[in-house]
Amino acid sequence: MIEMMDLTAVNWARAQFALTAMVHWIFVPLTLGLSFLLAFFETFYYKTGNPEWKRVTKFWMRLFAVNFAAGLATGLILEFQFGTNWSNYSWMVGDIFGAPLAIEVLFAFFIEATFFAVMFFGWNRVSKKFHLFSTWMVAIGSNLSALWILVANGWMQHPVGMVFNPDLGRFEMQDILSVITSPVAISHFMHATSSSFLFASLFVISVSSWYVLRKRHLQLARKSIIVASFFGLVFSSIVILSGDEAAYDSAKLQPMKLAAMEALYKGQESAGLVAFGVLNHSKQPGDDQPTFSFDVKIPYMLSLLANRELDSFVPGIDDLVYGNPKRNIEGVQEKIVKGKAAIESLSLYRTAKKNNNPAAAQEHLKAFRNNESYLGFGYLESPEQAVPHVPIVFYSFRIMVILGSIFPLACLVYLYLAIKDRILNQKWLLSLGLLLVPLGYLASQLGWVVTEMGRQPWAIQNILPVNVAQSDLAAVTVQTTFFVFLVLLGTLVAADVCIMLKQIKIGPEEK
Amino acid sequence: MTLGKTLWKLILIKMAILFFVLKLVFFPNLLKTKFDTDMERGDYVVEQLLHQAPSERSSN
Repeated sequence: MIEMMDLTAVNWARAQFALTAMVHWIFVPLTLGLSFLLAFFETFYYKTGNPEWKRVTKFWMRLFAVNFAAGLATGLILEFQFGTNWSNYSWMVGDIFGAPLAIEVLFAFFIEATFFAVMFFGWNRVSKKFHLFSTWMVAIGSNLSALWILVANGWMQHPVGMVFNPDLGRFEMQDILSVITSPVAISHFMHATSSSFLFASLFVISVSSWYVLRKRHLQLARKSIIVASFFGLVFSSIVILSGDEAAYDSAKLQPMKLAAMEALYKGQESAGLVAFGVLNHSKQPGDDQPTFSFDVKIPYMLSLLANRELDSFVPGIDDLVYGNPKRNIEGVQEKIVKGKAAIESLSLYRTAKKNNNPAAAQEHLKAFRNNESYLGFGYLESPEQAVPHVPIVFYSFRIMVILGSIFPLACLVYLYLAIKDRILNQKWLLSLGLLLVPLGYLASQLGWVVTEMGRQPWAIQNILPVNVAQSDLAAVTVQTTFFVFLVLLGTLVAADVCIMLKQIKIGPEEK
Repeated sequence: MTLGKTLWKLILIKMAILFFVLKLVFFPNLLKTKFDTDMERGDYVVEQLLHQAPSERSSN
């Protein structure tokens, strides 16, 4: 596996990127989800004229503002890292990422930023209708921002609609529509946004539970719980459906990721899904050791998830690494040979161009194009390097799914008790409800761990491994900036938590 | 201090650190710093692609 290689600088750069992305993702889900909850709260105020709904809206809007301000521009740090730590990658994808990111800035961010000012400062300064419109625009703008970022991420998981320019060493956009409508981009967008809506619901339920436990702001808490738990319940179903679609896409486009998620080493027909399992940590690809010390499987479910057919074959890690001619699966060693041929053809093409030999250049370019889609494999030293870190992916996926199954149940129980007006006496439930925020964050972060760790060693699937994407930097340089970020981002998160807790303690405006 | 003032202060301090410390001191755009033209940058990246195949790659 790639972690066993001596890649100190690249691993520091990966750790730095993971740290920044994970801190960024502390703020993003709450922004995406709470913005829509605010829009619903304010719509109730607009429709009913009940000032209690205005009080509810203004309170959650304050917490939204804290989160928005703390999270603002944390994504920019990732872009700084592209230029410094990942300059090869940054150069290669510049033309592809340029379009979605420019659209993101031009439309989504400006919508979000412009209407945020009206939403936050415009109470009693603009009409009720325009204020409501602004709140909806903030919600739509925030989520459109996420769309373009996930389009870019989807392209890295499933690169389509581009051609590699061998003179400039970069991918050039050929078909923006296929980039935008990539199945991976769509399923990831649906899953990331719906899980963010669910997370925001958990946040509202959790903070409201705290008020109920302290017998404060009971009316606000009950109203908030009813709306948030209903919202959470509805979006839980979309989380499940979009998660299923993402797994189906993985089976087709990133089968190694799915195999790692399930720790499936030997491919099977009618494969079962592991509900619980303890991995045998000495298990390696190609050996005959058992995969699990203990496991409970749901029969046929993995085949159904991967192929929508109960008795279908799901390839395992060994099939994908060593090949399975019976199933027409090409092994990584064959792909390494083709990848090296692509690198060799690229080198010969460049030499022919320098020697002013266009006929030879064309011939080598043609040979390069034949093997271009295997380019990344040419950088692997052994077939086993194409396998991601199985325990991290396997356990992260399990924990995410288990938590993701608990959340809709929590929403359902909260909704029922709040509608029946019996929520105020449920001390146990309310105390457990306080855990929904940390557990929601855990599930949300682990979703990204599965998505990103599951596609290792690739920065761009099958085309560019992370160690080639990285800049030629000394490990100590990346190490230094890692610790600079650790301190700065730690301080930012601490400031966010302090301000947020203070605002929660202050509570809503007095009537 | 009102919430609005606290948040503005947080945003301004963060932006100052981002653009005047991190970007200028720690995070230059390497290819833009090293090379003047896109052709030079492209050449450099392709050379990196050609020379990082396993037989020639040196560990960091």
